[in-house]
Amino acid sequence: MPAFLSPAEWTAVLLSLRIAILATLASLPFGILAAYALARWRFPGKTLLAAALYLPLVIPPVVTGYLLLIAFGRRGIFGGMLADLGIVLAFHWTGAALASAIMGFPLMVRAMRLSFEAIDPRLEQAAGTLGANPILTFFLVSLPLAMPGIVAGATLAFARALGEFGATITFVANIPGETQTIATAIYTYIQVPGGDPAALRLTLVAIAIALAAVIASEIIQRRGEKRLARSA
Amino acid sequence: MIDVDVARRVGQFSLNVAFKNSAGITALFGRSGAGKSMTIGLIAGLARPDQGRIVLDGRVLVDTEMHLFVPAHERRIGVVFQDSHLFPHLGVKQNLLFGRWFAPRHERTLSFDAVVATLGIGHLLDRAPAQLSGGERQRVAIGRALLSCPHLLLFDEPFAALDMPRRLEILPLIETLRDEFKIPIVYVSHAVEEVVRLAAWVIVLDNGRVTGQGDPAEVLPSAASEDPRFGGASVLTMRVGKRDAAYGLTELLHPSGTIWIAGPAGAESACVRIVVKATDVTLSAAPPRGLSVQSVLAGKLARVEAAGPLAIVDIALAGEGRLSAMATRRAIDELGLHPGDPVFALIKTAALDERWVGGAG
Repeated sequence: MPAFLSPAEWTAVLLSLRIAILATLASLPFGILAAYALARWRFPGKTLLAAALYLPLVIPPVVTGYLLLIAFGRRGIFGGMLADLGIVLAFHWTGAALASAIMGFPLMVRAMRLSFEAIDPRLEQAAGTLGANPILTFFLVSLPLAMPGIVAGATLAFARALGEFGATITFVANIPGETQTIATAIYTYIQVPGGDPAALRLTLVAIAIALAAVIASEIIQRRGEKRLARSA
Repeated sequence: MIDVDVARRVGQFSLNVAFKNSAGITALFGRSGAGKSMTIGLIAGLARPDQGRIVLDGRVLVDTEMHLFVPAHERRIGVVFQDSHLFPHLGVKQNLLFGRWFAPRHERTLSFDAVVATLGIGHLLDRAPAQLSGGERQRVAIGRALLSCPHLLLFDEPFAALDMPRRLEILPLIETLRDEFKIPIVYVSHAVEEVVRLAAWVIVLDNGRVTGQGDPAEVLPSAASEDPRFGGASVLTMRVGKRDAAYGLTELLHPSGTIWIAGPAGAESACVRIVVKATDVTLSAAPPRGLSVQSVLAGKLARVEAAGPLAIVDIALAGEGRLSAMATRRAIDELGLHPGDPVFALIKTAALDERWVGGAG
């Protein structure tokens, strides 16, 4: 691979993977919680929460990036507090992960919510009558049964994170070795004379990674579905 | 001892049920929509009553006045649902052990091996629920509920989804549970024969209210005849007589006569209850001769109730008990039968077999 890609390109690929993996893993618990809450709980403001969660899907990514900059920039509301703790997100690769996580969150929650909703609530009731409290019921029954949807949601979020451009470049710019991802690197290369071969190589890598992720999730889901066949 | 007194309203339907009982198997009997399953849900803690109290063995599970509600997972009440609701992501063995993990160690009184042996599911342990037949699934569900070592076992029409042969396979198991594991059971059913066979006490529900309760032999005939869906049926308490091994028949004795049934019916001189459908009874004004029917009970005509071209005839049997027969109104008029007249009830043996017979326990 290193022969195929220049060191700079290789850096962008590794950084993209690092950002996408961090974004996916860090948003996973929140995504599962939000999906379960939307699928099972009734609480005031539920519709509003659902709408807010889908917001990143419908507003321009640049706007999301700009809002992140306002909130998490060095002089931002949260940025200042985090800076005191020694955590810097703006113009930092972790900031790119945050931007990617937020952009992928609606996709993640949607897939997971659907699979939680598909679980027969009477299975959870049965677990209750057998003595499992709600938390154990969640981990022993709901979560395993929702696994295909959780895998699907995580894959979507991962793929979205790999391709994230607008919010990322607005929030953390396009600094080689720090915040330059495959997407922003391709953007840079096509602006430069003679950059086309590099842009094309990165494009192929991006397609390969995305394809691998989708195939892997397909296999995991198929295996899960086979096990749950005739689940009623 | 279970003591229930609850009210709940859902939409147009209002449930208002009170009963208490300590006998082995209590049956909740009634047509669908009578509130049976809702009552089970309230006992199990799957729903909250608007008002009322549920006490099990002195432990208050619900008391709306005291704002007390013990959640389902702390009640230690096992439920066998209509559809087994086995966990599809777990194997049979893990399903069986699911409730056991949560039972306090000192309360795990039932041994895994004994339950598996009784239910005959040893060969299924390594399978997935999706690979089981309906009857097998239901047996595993019973095992799963049992192994949580519950203080009370609720059956919510466990056979509704099963065909008759599968029911016949599982009904004796429930009798075994009752006799062997000594767990009190509340059993929901709309099938007369199941209730007669299993229950020592029956509570009849209709439209959210208790309309009768007592010994099945006393309560069921009137409950059944009020509901045309049952087509009228009678419950007779009889004594097991001789067995005719050559023909595979068993004699059941009653002061008013003898019934032969196909198949075994229990030990000789044991007391059994038997359900006789009104449509399986033929009437005769004189002692019958030269017929293939060999089961004849004698009695007096008590009442004739017309229902269109048909009539339901109540017969007060010699000795004790009542029997309902269904006949056309014309046949009754042509026989010249009037209340008080002696009458002979012919019961077709082929219509009766062991599934209609239950211990009078």
